[in-house]
Amino acid sequence: MKTKAKPKLAVWKFSSCDGCQLSILDCEDELLAVAGAVHIANFPEASRAVVKGPYDISLVEGSITTPHDAERIHSIRRQSKLLISIGACATAGGIQALKNFSNVKEFVSIVYATPEYIHTLSKSTPISDHVKIDFELRGCPVDKYQLVEVLNAFLNGRKPNTPHYSVCIECKRRGIVCRMVGHEQICLGPVTQAGCNALCPSYDRGCFGCFGPKETPNTSSLAEFWSKKGMGKRDLIRTFRGINAYAKEFRLESESHE
Amino acid sequence: MKTSEQSLSNAVTIERKNFDALFASLIKREYQIVGPTQRDGAIIYDIVKSSNDLPEGWAEEQNAGTMRLKRRNDKALFGFNSTVQSWKKFIHPPSQRLWQTKQSSGKPAIIPEKSKKQKLAFLGVRACDLAAMGILDKVFTDSPFTDTGYRIRRSDILVIGVNCTQAGGTCFCASMNTGPAISSGYDIVMTEIVEKSRHYFVVEKGSKVGEEIIKELPSAEANVYEIEGAEELVNKTSSAMGRKIDTTNIKELLSRNSENQRWQQNAQRCLTCGNCTMVCPTCFCTTIEDVTDLTGREANRMRKWDSCFTMDFSYIHGGSIRPSVYSRYRQWLTHKFAAWHDQFGTSGCVGCGRCITWCPVGIDVTEEITAIRMSDKNNPSITLSKENK
Ligand code: SF4
Ligand code: SF4
Ligand code: SF4
Repeated sequence: MKTKAKPKLAVWKFSSCDGCQLSILDCEDELLAVAGAVHIANFPEASRAVVKGPYDISLVEGSITTPHDAERIHSIRRQSKLLISIGACATAGGIQALKNFSNVKEFVSIVYATPEYIHTLSKSTPISDHVKIDFELRGCPVDKYQLVEVLNAFLNGRKPNTPHYSVCIECKRRGIVCRMVGHEQICLGPVTQAGCNALCPSYDRGCFGCFGPKETPNTSSLAEFWSKKGMGKRDLIRTFRGINAYAKEFRLESESHE
Repeated sequence: MKTSEQSLSNAVTIERKNFDALFASLIKREYQIVGPTQRDGAIIYDIVKSSNDLPEGWAEEQNAGTMRLKRRNDKALFGFNSTVQSWKKFIHPPSQRLWQTKQSSGKPAIIPEKSKKQKLAFLGVRACDLAAMGILDKVFTDSPFTDTGYRIRRSDILVIGVNCTQAGGTCFCASMNTGPAISSGYDIVMTEIVEKSRHYFVVEKGSKVGEEIIKELPSAEANVYEIEGAEELVNKTSSAMGRKIDTTNIKELLSRNSENQRWQQNAQRCLTCGNCTMVCPTCFCTTIEDVTDLTGREANRMRKWDSCFTMDFSYIHGGSIRPSVYSRYRQWLTHKFAAWHDQFGTSGCVGCGRCITWCPVGIDVTEEITAIRMSDKNNPSITLSKENK
């Protein structure tokens, strides 16, 4: 087999903490293999060198929060054969989407000395609200194994193994004692998509919902269960309004308790 | 069922202070011992090295959707009931590689996975879990297709059963005819008896190896009082069991109630999280994941526990055929309690109660089945009571 030209990979950043990009760097063992398999053409967190587009794969981190972002994402889409949004910000608006539930103008006038300089949209929105995306990889941050898996799948022309079922399935495969049943903790695992390999439950904490709503999440049942156990509306709202606050099912659930 | 006379000729007693001789004998025979141990606020099965590792003086309080450990007022070693997960994980692992393929030059080579024989002694197997192992044996080895890996992993497992002398909060083995007394499939079976001034085990052999092991232990021939005392404790357990299911014609009941509105009501609560299937000692479904490396020259075929509560489970061309919550819960329950009879000639449920305890929102199969029976249009007792009015 003739060696083909390596696919060009670009990594882009919007409103985010860079945590997802760092997950790529965190793939220590796999990074060399990744670097061997693709030509890293643009990756600000790793190198300043930029190779011009078009790109075969663009990984997009961060949410759209400014008018400038909203334009820039279109130009990235135009230069990318495949566009994969990575992380809770890019797939659901991120923690900064908490502003979507309030009046941003008020914040801006309180926080900044010169509010006129602040050009922010009223909502923090996922990439998919602006351009067509080819794949969404969830997580806050994304799981490095899943990230490599997704790249891997696209490079090899196969479907990525990124299941949409609950965190509980991973939790039970690992033999972790359920945080809800065994410890009466709040755990979003039953309504959250797997992918982290039940990270928090393995450290004795309930799931925070970093990977967003799972397939067919029955959030209202879980909320009702907790409210019967004495959880107040305020806490219910806060539980569902976290890192994936603006993901549809979590948003609707938190709003229903307002 | 064994009669007292039969037991009389076999049974011995072993004092608690001599119990570690059992460990010594197993270790000498090169068994790795797996038994109950206390961890993360629960009782789980793991490698145990001596009676120090056993959950001495602990019991669990279980109810739908909740489990707490509590101290007993004695030092029983097996004073609890069903553990977080069953023995399934040892004979049907949550994740395993089936085969691998590698390509260096030319044609890719297929490298089959060699399942390892494991010499394990399962210490403290409950009647329900032993019945569940029997069901898994049937599913994996007693059909036109044999799961070789399962057969190999299962082939050298020594079973030391423990009869239950109390029922857990969610147990209903008596309804499923699997417990609390162990009746077959064991190498050794014990009943633990804790009295004010004496703590001992009534022990019986169930196989040749079991017999040889027992012979090595400091023991005394059990007398009729000890044997009958042990039996009485187990019998009491059966009658004091909190939960039950009426299994009369359950297959027909569930089959004719596929549109019962109870399924819809339950769907309001069910999270389709899959916990019930994961903890069930007989749920055996798996999914396959093919994982390639970045160069595409190496691939692994992995098999992982799956659940009928996932959308992918019933995914065929065009989508999942069980997209609704109620269709997935109904699938699980009717397969387990009805269709299993046609498929494997046995119920799929052994009444261990784990699905009830470990359901995060406490959905209870016994309650669901009872509700379906009560709202069954063909239920004779309901028709009668209506006529009486
Ligand atoms: S700890 Fe959370 S994620 Fe794990 S099984 Fe329990 S509810 Fe599910
Ligand atoms: S269905 Fe529930 S009670 Fe029956 S064997 Fe499975 S986990 Fe145990
Ligand atoms: S019955 Fe309970 S454990 Fe089973 S899928 Fe539904 S919510 Fe989860």
